[in-house]
Amino acid sequence: MSAVVAEHDHHDHGPAKGLLRWIITTNHKDIGTLYLLFALAMFFVGGAMAMVIRAELFEPGLQFVDPAFFNSMTTMHALVMVFGAVMPAFVGLANWMIPMMIGAPDMALPRMNNMSFWLLVAGVLLLASTLLMEGGAPASGWTLYPPLVLQTGKALPFAIFSVHLLGISSIMGAINIIATIFNMRAPAMTLMKMPMFVWTWLITAFLLIAIMPVFAGAVTMLLTDKFFQTSFFDAAGGGDPVLYQHIFWFFGHPEVYVMILPTFGVASTIIPVFARKPLFGYSSMVYATAAIAFLSFIVWAHHMFTVGMPIAGELYFMYATMLIAIPTGVKVFNWTATMWKGSMTFETPMLFSIAFVVLFTMGGFTGLMMAIAPVDFQYHDTYFIVAHFHYTLVPASIFILMAAGYFWLPKWTGHMYNEKIGQLHFWLSAISVNILFFPQHFLGLAGMPRRIPDYAIQFADWNMISSIGGFIFGASQLLFLYIVVDTIRGGTGEKVTAEVWEDASKHSLEWTLSSPPPYHSFTTPPTSIPTEHI
Amino acid sequence: MSKDVANKNIKLARTLLLVAVAMFGFGYALVPLYDVLCEWKWIERDRPDDIKKVPEVAYQIDRNREVTVEFMTTLNESTPMKFRAEKKQLKVHPGEYYTVNFYAENKTDNAMVARAIPSFSPAVISSYFEKIECFCFSEQTFKAKEAKIMPMRFVINPALPEQYKTITLSYTFFDNTEKSVKK
Repeated sequence: MSAVVAEHDHHDHGPAKGLLRWIITTNHKDIGTLYLLFALAMFFVGGAMAMVIRAELFEPGLQFVDPAFFNSMTTMHALVMVFGAVMPAFVGLANWMIPMMIGAPDMALPRMNNMSFWLLVAGVLLLASTLLMEGGAPASGWTLYPPLVLQTGKALPFAIFSVHLLGISSIMGAINIIATIFNMRAPAMTLMKMPMFVWTWLITAFLLIAIMPVFAGAVTMLLTDKFFQTSFFDAAGGGDPVLYQHIFWFFGHPEVYVMILPTFGVASTIIPVFARKPLFGYSSMVYATAAIAFLSFIVWAHHMFTVGMPIAGELYFMYATMLIAIPTGVKVFNWTATMWKGSMTFETPMLFSIAFVVLFTMGGFTGLMMAIAPVDFQYHDTYFIVAHFHYTLVPASIFILMAAGYFWLPKWTGHMYNEKIGQLHFWLSAISVNILFFPQHFLGLAGMPRRIPDYAIQFADWNMISSIGGFIFGASQLLFLYIVVDTIRGGTGEKVTAEVWEDASKHSLEWTLSSPPPYHSFTTPPTSIPTEHI
Repeated sequence: MSKDVANKNIKLARTLLLVAVAMFGFGYALVPLYDVLCEWKWIERDRPDDIKKVPEVAYQIDRNREVTVEFMTTLNESTPMKFRAEKKQLKVHPGEYYTVNFYAENKTDNAMVARAIPSFSPAVISSYFEKIECFCFSEQTFKAKEAKIMPMRFVINPALPEQYKTITLSYTFFDNTEKSVKK
């Protein structure tokens, strides 16, 4: 409390001393750092679970773990990566960057900001604790479909309460971001001058407020079905398990865009800097983001084409889903056009961003294939869908998070990262991610189901190749960990300028501040706004 | 941060919090909404209300067509019952009324509440498969060791498209004793 009071007395004071600084901090940069480091840690935890999965699938037969634990691994890997790694990483970026990008001194609601971080930690720890419980961690897949999920052992109420905590944390983070963007912008920063990262997060935050409560409601229904004799999803009591799928995907489809829209925002920030051109089609990017967000609410049942829907429903959800390709195509073409005839250089952040554009497009195309209801019956619940969403998450969201790390680490720390190791990290990741996930398309088309610990021998070769790619990819990420630690501790020793990258200060406000930026920045709003990004 | 901005922030945060609470309610509102939408004629879903005590409509019996109706009986998890249909399948003419008896028995020494849920394959034929009398959806109470014969009377609407030659009708019995007692 004393630190908060002190803040009002002296505007130029630094952070509190010692470890307590990180617990009581209300500073957006400190909280951003906490989020990012926590997400990085969870990335390795979730990654270790993926390694267990790939090790078990290296050969047919049961090798290392029992099937129930294997199913817990697929479930926990997904939950940890979605709620512990990707979402917090983007919230961390939002905390660090949004106030600096819009010329604000801090987030709008600093104490709530602190609380939402620590609730996230509590939620993830609670989720992790289910691994030690009688009956094991949830093993129903991250979708938590009843009736299967109701067979979870002692872990069920804990997992559900953890989802509640994660939801509350996300909602508070989203409220904070919206309030910051609406109320804290420098007077000269009009909405249509905001950097794309700010725009995409504004829209994402609205998605979060709309969907996280629906998910909280769905898992609460599971809870009351199990312990309080309701029958929302229990056929014995007149309920319907298919209803859960509808409610879940009403949340779930916008949720996947929560992970991809800020990705688009970072890509739209990085590509113009290294192409040395303004972003092509700024306003179309804004509208495309809004269009994708809107469409995300009306396509959910394409996740459940095989559940037994009327033909009219299948057709509607098929065509509505295909519509998403239009605004997404606008974005991909805009990024390409931004690079067109640009004076491009290929530093690590740019390499990751280019790989994102190419590989995300592939993930998008397999998505389009599955949007076709009649053929989805072949792809449903096979490794094809696994390959699809991993292409849209790993070489898309994760690559862009890596790109953001390389792009802003010099700004955050004031030190330059080691470019050689960065490039090595990129090439190892970009090659191995394809060895890892590309063969899974073949496996899926050949009929290998997802979420199984053992498989028929005709799937052996591609699984082995996929696992080898997985191990290389997993090991390569240790390079990123090394770079982060090394850069924080001084990096190459090279002094970085305020703008770090050539002419970056023409693109966005954060580059007009020193590197590292002062603990409190923009206590008086900036008067001139860079417009090169528009 | 000036007081003015701080007030604006708190006001906006309150509004957004209300939206979040409303969306939590919306999640629950999807439950009745789901039932309403499933009432729409073009959604092929078997509903409890489908089995109304309506007088039998006299259809033109199509003697030239024969449709095979298969009956499957399943017990959910470890429901302690015996449950079977009197015949595994039946060849029927569209438009003609048939009655099939199902046999269910409580194997326990206690009273039991159970409920049977039907399912069709292919799903689209459910609107042509008209049940006049059925034991499904409603809760059935069994005394200890009680056995029941439960008739299901149905007719296949002659409007059934030509391509459907086999229809599978599956019933699953769920034990609902625990929930019924606690309520």
